[in-house]
Amino acid sequence: MIAEAGLAALWFAAALALLQVILATLAVQRSAVEDMLAAVRPVAVVQGVLVILAMLLLIAVFVNSDMSVKLVVEDSSAAKPLIYKIAGAWGNHEGSMLLWVTILGLAGAAVALFERTLERKTLAATLGAQAAIALGFYAFLLFSSNPFARINPAPADGQGLNPLLQDPGLAFHPPTLYIGYVGISVAFSFAVGAMITRDVGPAFARAMRPWVLGAWIFLTVGITAGSYWAYYELGWGGWWFWDPVENASLMPWLAATALLHSVTVLATRDGLRAWTIMLAVVAFSMSMIGTFLVRSGILTSVHAFAIDPRRGAFILALLVIYIGGALALFGARVGTIRQGNTFEPVSREGALVVNNLLLSVILGIVLIGTLYPLVAAAFGTQLSVGHPFFDSTAGPIALVLVALMAIGPLLRWRRDKAGAALRRVAVPAAITVVTLVAVLVLAPGIGVLPLLGLALATGVAVASVAPLWGRDLRRTPLFTYGMVVAHLGIAVSLGGMASESAFNKETLVATHIGQPQHVGPYTVTLTGVRPVIGVNWSAVEGVLKVQRGGGAPYFLRPQSRFFSTPPQVTNESAIRTAFDGQLYTVLGNQDDAGRWQLRLWWKPFVTLIWAGGALVAIGGALSLLGRALRERRARRRDL
Amino acid sequence: MRGMRLWLPLAAFAILFVVVAIGLLRPNDHLVHSGMVGKELPKFTLPKMVPEAPGLASASFADGKPRLLNVFASWCIPCMAESPQLLALRQQGAEIDAIAVRDQPQAVQAFLQRFGNPYDRIGDDRESAVQLALGSSGVPETYVIDGKGRIVEQHIGDVRAEDVPDLLAALKKAGG
Repeated sequence: MIAEAGLAALWFAAALALLQVILATLAVQRSAVEDMLAAVRPVAVVQGVLVILAMLLLIAVFVNSDMSVKLVVEDSSAAKPLIYKIAGAWGNHEGSMLLWVTILGLAGAAVALFERTLERKTLAATLGAQAAIALGFYAFLLFSSNPFARINPAPADGQGLNPLLQDPGLAFHPPTLYIGYVGISVAFSFAVGAMITRDVGPAFARAMRPWVLGAWIFLTVGITAGSYWAYYELGWGGWWFWDPVENASLMPWLAATALLHSVTVLATRDGLRAWTIMLAVVAFSMSMIGTFLVRSGILTSVHAFAIDPRRGAFILALLVIYIGGALALFGARVGTIRQGNTFEPVSREGALVVNNLLLSVILGIVLIGTLYPLVAAAFGTQLSVGHPFFDSTAGPIALVLVALMAIGPLLRWRRDKAGAALRRVAVPAAITVVTLVAVLVLAPGIGVLPLLGLALATGVAVASVAPLWGRDLRRTPLFTYGMVVAHLGIAVSLGGMASESAFNKETLVATHIGQPQHVGPYTVTLTGVRPVIGVNWSAVEGVLKVQRGGGAPYFLRPQSRFFSTPPQVTNESAIRTAFDGQLYTVLGNQDDAGRWQLRLWWKPFVTLIWAGGALVAIGGALSLLGRALRERRARRRDL
Repeated sequence: MRGMRLWLPLAAFAILFVVVAIGLLRPNDHLVHSGMVGKELPKFTLPKMVPEAPGLASASFADGKPRLLNVFASWCIPCMAESPQLLALRQQGAEIDAIAVRDQPQAVQAFLQRFGNPYDRIGDDRESAVQLALGSSGVPETYVIDGKGRIVEQHIGDVRAEDVPDLLAALKKAGG
């Protein structure tokens, strides 16, 4: 019954999306916008309610372990902790697509409920565009990926969830990432709405900004959390693998970051009109392309669930309709939108334009690197593109971008004097040079990129708080603090990345019990190995005695886990976080001579990578809050 | 001019569409095919792995007789699964040499005792150097080498019973 109710909710939601498109089209064409909008808004809200109901019902089916539902059989089993039954609902192709559509519907409902400042006609067009996107993905679910399909006869138990996904990270990582990933659809719909009504200006930008900012915060949190999850769960000790799916989440982030900055230029100075619209289209297009790459299985990835060319063709058709449609609208309409203000090259706007260009170049590099194996395969060559390519191409550009990030906020709007600007960045520049020399002297022989990364990280950290110098800190607006914190977060993260790649120490040994091993400042001794039983796994657990210098010893317990449904072994790393880095330990197999394989890493300041990511997200949240407060005050004044 | 420029994004997307559409239409192939097929064996000399079989060098292939070259490891489960087929191939006249990848002498010895030894020579490739030079991405893989020391065929994965006639035919073809 529950499964049928879920399917019914999906069908109703799809019907409402169709109604929403029709009503919104009428609203844009008629003069009585207000009346039509009064109808569109509740439809959008009810559609959102129905689709979240469908998602909740799918979760209910998983929690009940209803083995007559095909998806539950394929991806769950009765003997599994509750949290993984819930998370299992989106740990598969159909469920994750339902989550995708749920966020899309919720984003539309949120716009219908909360958007007050956008011009009425543009709002109607925006809600129409959002419903049009949802409609296509409802069709995809209902016609080719029904999550509620039954199986007859029902087996006694399911095949279980991929053990790598049985981790608390899975409960939070996909929903957070999706809120950002799909939430950016609002920016896309805003852009389409604005192109339809030719209403692109500061008021439009101010209305769009909080939505972009909100999605971007979730995207940042999702990527940061995903990186940490891969780091501790996959047991390779790496934090970014340039896997197609990671790239698929990075590309919308890069576009959204560029959009965030260009929308500020549009809101503050009425410049970069066409460019901002383009970025809004590109950001969500990247989300859709990413979804396509992952869901069609044309690229091999740890995240690829479904390898079904018909599903791929379906999503590809949706991409052609939405992305192709939006870009065609761009070509036809943007020429007729009045050009905004212009500005001098040395100015805050100028710096933001360069920021946008560099972000776009990095985006282009990541896109080409991700798709290149496909292009090569079309010519019969087999290859994969990994970190050597991305590091050597995107890396230097990212460093230039970070350097620019230090300078940009210190420039004035409209026009600045180059000499005065140089004086303002003198202190951070000096700090950068001092760090560069210090690192060269203290740690000779480290790579060029890590060296520059460390030097820039310190200089940029100082520069990012520079906008607060000489200001009355109590009267500084909250969104300025937001920018400072976010920029500082980038510097912190860069410092962590550079430090990890420069000073990472690795020890890979086969060790007898009782034999001390050394890595970085630590002495690690395997004192014993014992069996451990979990709910749906059994494991061998190594007991490692860890000592740093003459400090008190403590124990780490990495495990090698055997899951029975489906049969798979995972390595559960054990990590010790110190103030200056992490000790990362992995237990491998036993060899014939009775020795245990042990992988030990000492990663100085690696935690800064994720701490920086968190700071970036907090900065975004402060900025969002600051804008909201200012707007509320402005509204109060108007009353 | 500006008008034309505004259509560039759509043109870029059209190119992207063509690329992914081609990717989608091509049958999915996640195997890593060696770029060495059709070429001469890379030059190598590997020490012996176990006392009962000599080591392996590329020079020993160009003796006019086609042979199979099996890349295996004692820790590899599909390698255990394919061992009856390798023994069957040998019974039917195929000569098989092997490269043991990332392995230990005692482990290989135990493996051969348990599953039988179809090999004439076994080279010890501890660092996978020769395996990589062959363009082999995993174990097991089996190469058909002709009498001039050229690689004529690559079989990826374990040899199943139905593959045995094909490999015998490939050997015969390589010899004639």
